[in-house]
Amino acid sequence: MTRWRLPVGAMLALLFLGFLVVLSVAARWIAPASPIQQNLDDMMLGPGPGHLLGTDDLGRDVLSRLIYGAPVSLYACSLAVGVATILGVPFGVLIGFVGGWADEVGSRLLDALLSFPAIVLAIGVTGALGIGTTNAMLAVGLVLAPVMARVVRAQTLVVRGSLFVEAAQGFGAGPLRVIVRHILPNAIQPVIVQITLALAMALLAEASLSFLGLGVQPPQPSWGNMLARAYGYMEIAPEQMYPPGLAILLTALSFNALGEWLRVVLDPTMRKRGKS
Amino acid sequence: MTAAVTAEDLQIRFRLRGQGTLRAVDGVSMAVQPRETLGIIGESGSGKSTLGRALVGTTAPTAGRVLHDGKDLAALRGAARRAHRRDYQLVYQDPNAALDPRMSVLQSVREPLDIAKLGARADRERKALALLDRMGLTAEQAGRYPHELSGGQKQRVNIARALTVSPRFIVCDEMVAALDVSIQADILNLFAELRQEFGLTTLFITHDIGVVTHVSDRIGVMYLGRLMELGAASAVTSQALHPYTRALLSAEPEFVPAQAGRTRRRVTLQGEIPSPLHPPSGCRFRTRCPLAAERCATEEPAWREARAGHFVACHFALNQEDAQREAIS
Repeated sequence: MTRWRLPVGAMLALLFLGFLVVLSVAARWIAPASPIQQNLDDMMLGPGPGHLLGTDDLGRDVLSRLIYGAPVSLYACSLAVGVATILGVPFGVLIGFVGGWADEVGSRLLDALLSFPAIVLAIGVTGALGIGTTNAMLAVGLVLAPVMARVVRAQTLVVRGSLFVEAAQGFGAGPLRVIVRHILPNAIQPVIVQITLALAMALLAEASLSFLGLGVQPPQPSWGNMLARAYGYMEIAPEQMYPPGLAILLTALSFNALGEWLRVVLDPTMRKRGKS
Repeated sequence: MTAAVTAEDLQIRFRLRGQGTLRAVDGVSMAVQPRETLGIIGESGSGKSTLGRALVGTTAPTAGRVLHDGKDLAALRGAARRAHRRDYQLVYQDPNAALDPRMSVLQSVREPLDIAKLGARADRERKALALLDRMGLTAEQAGRYPHELSGGQKQRVNIARALTVSPRFIVCDEMVAALDVSIQADILNLFAELRQEFGLTTLFITHDIGVVTHVSDRIGVMYLGRLMELGAASAVTSQALHPYTRALLSAEPEFVPAQAGRTRRRVTLQGEIPSPLHPPSGCRFRTRCPLAAERCATEEPAWREARAGHFVACHFALNQEDAQREAIS
């Protein structure tokens, strides 16, 4: 049997993401202070005994904001990537599999969506749907979907022409079975890589949109708006950027490590056979 | 007796962008009788693979008909067609590309049964394992993925998969061409046994004359999309009528080098096979034929029965009277 040995990178990534989930669920018990309680006497404090990671420009405890920001940021990027995957993957498979006319029209539609600068498109969608975390991330999902669809379409075209698909059709397999059993499993590998990249991109997009005031609304903390706020005080208090910046960096890295591991696990040709 | 599979003036053309139309199969009529093995030989580009694909319904004919047990394949649509196609299987030349790399051997072999929803899951698994076992693959190997098997093992898996649904007709398209010579013999012998066991009707496509004479009851010779000669395997190999067939036969290496050149005179073909985009006028073999005359450029030779059950398309091959005279003398 195959032995499931977790590589160190994936293990650390899982631990870190698990830790974030625990933080998210238990924020109110773990956080040392309120994330929105302002204390204008203690603005911009460096890390110290009272505030482990210091305070921000309104005297709010950075560590608490970071902890309360975790669920907001995780929700935001999972929502965006979820939307992108749910919209992009079926669309890409469909136009790739049907081909011909559907592929022509579908591909041009994707080109049109991709030709918009991502943030501008997101701003437009938020304008239509209204401001707020959920709407902003739906918009980001819509921006990321065509990238996903293109990757899936290209992969579908390759697999669709393969002999094993022809053989399955020769055994009487209908289109649904061919897609679910043959095309998706063989096309999913680059999608997983794309998802991990998209998660990191969505985290950053959340930061940008929140910075523009379209995403997470103050005073609710998110890593994105914390980073955006800290950026404004970069010259007076550069250390303010590290907590949210590092949180975003580590989360994005964890998603990437996890994706890399999943890619290997899901590919039988990459699997090492144990004792046979 | 109704033929198992019949081609009636079958034509398959592919339109190539900017290059005109390729006539892969250009007017082939023939019938495969139940339980017989019909070998088809020809060079690359002779249309033999396309013919095989059309006979099982993978490629649609441009003109002409394919009949399965007398029924027109083109009349079937949708689910009925898919269910029908199951009985007409193809074993591909490339054993690797024909297996899904993400499926274990067992999953691949079980798939046709899963699609047909034949019996309970456990029964399907048992049937798949039994067939694999018949092919000489162990239960442990059944759990493996294609990349963990050798080419010969993969081709065994492909044959097992094709047999799960007990097909009425199998096309073997260059089934052993991608394998080592030592393994070719194993697979061919195994396949010969299976043909008996399962009562298979087979179209065996190959460019290897040694292989085709070994396995076939009858042999058809294709050149540039047309049949040149068709007859019993022994007749075609020992009393070939068409100059192309004779050239193919003499190109086969002799087993005893000392006798080479003594028993047979070699007929070597000049040049390459012409492009199927622009086949020669009249007889399409005339550009390389040692017997070619003026008549061959203008008049396409008729497909005629020169001896009983032995068909040929050549102006200069024996005609019926010659054959009778030959038999008397």
